[in-house]
Amino acid sequence: MIQRTAAVAAGKATAAVSRRFRLGGGTALPGLVAERIDPDVIRELSAQLSEGSVIVTGTNGKTTTARLLRGIAKEAGLRTIANRAGSNMMRGIAAALVDAAGWSGDIASAQKRLGIFEVDEATLPLVADAVRPRGVLFTNLFRDQLDRYGEVETVAAVWRAAVPGLPPEATVVLNVDDPSVAALAAVAQGRILTYGMKDTSSGEGKLEHAADARWCTVCGNELEYSAVIYGHLGHWRCPKCGNTRAEPDVFCGQFQAEVNGSRLTLKLPGGLVEASLPLTGLYNAYNALAAAAAAAALGFGRPAVQRGLNAATAGFGRQERMRVGGRDVQIMLAKNPAGLNQVLRTIAANGSNSDLAVFLNDNIADGRDVSWIWDVDFELLEGKTRSVTVSGLRAWDMALRLKYAGIDGQGASPHVEPEPARALKRALRATPEGSTLYVIPTYTAMLEVRDQLARWAGRGAFWEAE
Amino acid sequence: MKGLALRVAHLFPKLMNIYGDRGNILCLQRRCEARGIGFEVEGLELGDQLKAKEYDLIFVGGAQDREQRLVAEDLVKVKSRPLEEAVKRNVAVLAVCGGFQLMGRFYRTAEGEELPGASVLDMHTIHPGAQAQRFIGNIVVEWNGTTVVGFENHGGRTFLSGNVQPLGHVVAGFGNNGEDGGEGAVYRNVFGTYLHGSLLPKNPKFADHVIEAALRRRHKDFRLSEIDDAVEHAAHAAAVRQATRRSIIR
Repeated sequence: MIQRTAAVAAGKATAAVSRRFRLGGGTALPGLVAERIDPDVIRELSAQLSEGSVIVTGTNGKTTTARLLRGIAKEAGLRTIANRAGSNMMRGIAAALVDAAGWSGDIASAQKRLGIFEVDEATLPLVADAVRPRGVLFTNLFRDQLDRYGEVETVAAVWRAAVPGLPPEATVVLNVDDPSVAALAAVAQGRILTYGMKDTSSGEGKLEHAADARWCTVCGNELEYSAVIYGHLGHWRCPKCGNTRAEPDVFCGQFQAEVNGSRLTLKLPGGLVEASLPLTGLYNAYNALAAAAAAAALGFGRPAVQRGLNAATAGFGRQERMRVGGRDVQIMLAKNPAGLNQVLRTIAANGSNSDLAVFLNDNIADGRDVSWIWDVDFELLEGKTRSVTVSGLRAWDMALRLKYAGIDGQGASPHVEPEPARALKRALRATPEGSTLYVIPTYTAMLEVRDQLARWAGRGAFWEAE
Repeated sequence: MKGLALRVAHLFPKLMNIYGDRGNILCLQRRCEARGIGFEVEGLELGDQLKAKEYDLIFVGGAQDREQRLVAEDLVKVKSRPLEEAVKRNVAVLAVCGGFQLMGRFYRTAEGEELPGASVLDMHTIHPGAQAQRFIGNIVVEWNGTTVVGFENHGGRTFLSGNVQPLGHVVAGFGNNGEDGGEGAVYRNVFGTYLHGSLLPKNPKFADHVIEAALRRRHKDFRLSEIDDAVEHAAHAAAVRQATRRSIIR
C-alpha cells in the first residue's frame, strides 16, 4: 500500500512536471515511473474499479472503437477511465490509472467506474494478466509494422496463447469476418460473443492486394469468399476442411453511406438498434459494430448503444475535422495498407476533385519500413485529385508511389515539400476556399501536423500573405 | 523495338508478397512499357509447372515463415529442375528476401529444422535462434559503381560459397550475415538480395540492369534507352541519406 501510494504520487508528480514544461501530454512517462516503483500498480488500481475493465485490441480501429464504447458506457450511466490514443502499452494503461487516482494512492471515486483500455496487439497478454478484464474485444489482424512485430502470424500466435489464460469470467468478443480472429473461439475458455457484417453490399467483392489471412487456420488451404468487406474480412469458408465463418450473435444488417456519416441497422441480442453514425466509411461502421458487440457483452441496453453511436465524435487524428482559413481540413490517420485503403475509398467516394496532403514518416511508431505503401491501392484516386502535396521524412518514397499510381494533381508530379509546416501551407493554398483538404499522415506525422493545424484553426488564411 | 516483350514468371504471388513485392512487378512493367517493350507476367502458385523456356525473368518475393515452409517444399519437388534449366539457359532470376533464402541449398530455421532450398545458388542460410538479433533497418549497398538502397528485415544469416559472388558491399546496414560485408548474391543471371522497400522502384539503375540481363538472352547487346527518372533518383538519394544518418546514430 505504501509502495502504491509512492508510485501514484511519483507518477502524478511526473505528469504535472511534464505538463508544466510541455514535455508532451504525459500519456506514458508517469505510468513508466509508477510501474518502476510499484510493478503491481496496474493490477491494484484496476481492481478498485467497481465495473471492472474491458480491453480492445487488434490492428485497426482500436482507438475509435474504444472511444465509441466510452460514449455508450457514458449513456449507460457509467464513468470511464481510458488510456490515451496510441499510448497502448503497459505504461499508457498505468498512466491512465495513476491520473484517475488521488494522491492517497486510490482511485478517487471508483463507484460506477469502468476501465476501457485499447491495448497493443503484442502487449495484450501482459495487460490482460494485470487488469483481469470482464471482456476482451478482438477487432482484426492486418499486416502492420512488420519491422516491430516480425510477422502477422507472430501476433496471431501471441493471441492464441493468451486467450486460454484470460479470466474465466471474461467474455471474449470476436469478429467472425476475420479468420484469424474467429479462430480464437476454439481456444477461449469463457463466454464468447461474436459479431460480423451481414450487409456486404458496400464491400469490395474481391480480395485486395494487401489481403493477409486468406489461408485456413485449421488446414492451411486457401479460403473461399462469398463476399469480401475489406482486406481479408468477409464471408469465408475453407473448401477443403469445412472450417467456415460462424453466424455472428451481433451483426450489422444494413449499412448505408451518407456524406457525413452512415446509417446502421444493428442486431443485438435484445433486438434492433437503428443508429446514425456521424463518422464516414465502412471501416467506421465496423468500429461501431465492434463497440456495440462489446457493449452487449457488458450488458448495456440498446438505448445506450444507439445514443452513444449517434453522439460519436472523431478521435484524435481519426477523421478529425478542423476549419483552417476557410478550408475544411480532415485528418485521416494512415497506419497500414488495409486502413489506408479504407481512407482512400472514403475520399474517392466523396468527390472527384480532391485536395490531398500526404505525410509519410518512418519513425519507430510509424514502422521504419515504408515498403507497405506499395501494398496500398493509391490507384483508387487516379484522376480524382486536384492538388497533391507530399511531405514527411520519406516524402520522396511517397512521391514515387504516387507517380506510379498516376496521382499527380493536374498533370504535374506531386509537389514534394519535406518540411511539414511548409507542406501544410502549400496544401492549404492549393485548396480552394470552402473545399476540403484531406490530410493523410502516418502516426508521428499526425501528432505533428495535428498540433500545427490546431494552432492555425479559426485564424484567417495568414499563409496567403507570405 | 517492335514485338519485343519481357516475359516474367512471378513465383507464388499469393504466398510470397509480404514486403511490398508488388512494387517490383509494377516497376518492371512500367520501365518496359516506357520503352515500348511489351510486358507479360504469369503467376505460378503451389503445384504449377514452371516452363523454363517460356520466360525471360523469374521473380520471387518474401513471405512469412509459415508460407515459406509451403513454398520450400514446392520449390524442391515441383520447380527446382526447371529452375536449374532456366539458370543454365541464362534466364534472369530476381529473388528477394525469403525468396532469396530459398534459392540456396538449405535454410536452417530458428528451431534447427533444415528446409531444403532450390539450390540455384551455392549458399546456405542459418537462423541462429529466436534470441538472436534480427537484422532490421535501412540499408545501402555499393553496387556496380553506384548504390542500391532498401530495407532489410531478416533473422537468417546467409553464407555464400563456390562461384556465387555477393551482389554488393554494405555501406550502411547488415547484409547477408552481418560479418563479411557482403549483401545479396549473383551467379550467372541470378540476382538475390535481402533488400525490399520495394527494391526496384527507387533503384532504377539496378532495375534496368535486371531487365537488360533478362532480354539479352534473346537479344544480344540489348540496351535500354534513358527515361525520366527524376523522382526515382530523388527517392534513391533521400533513402541513402536516411540510412546513413541512422547508421551513424546507431
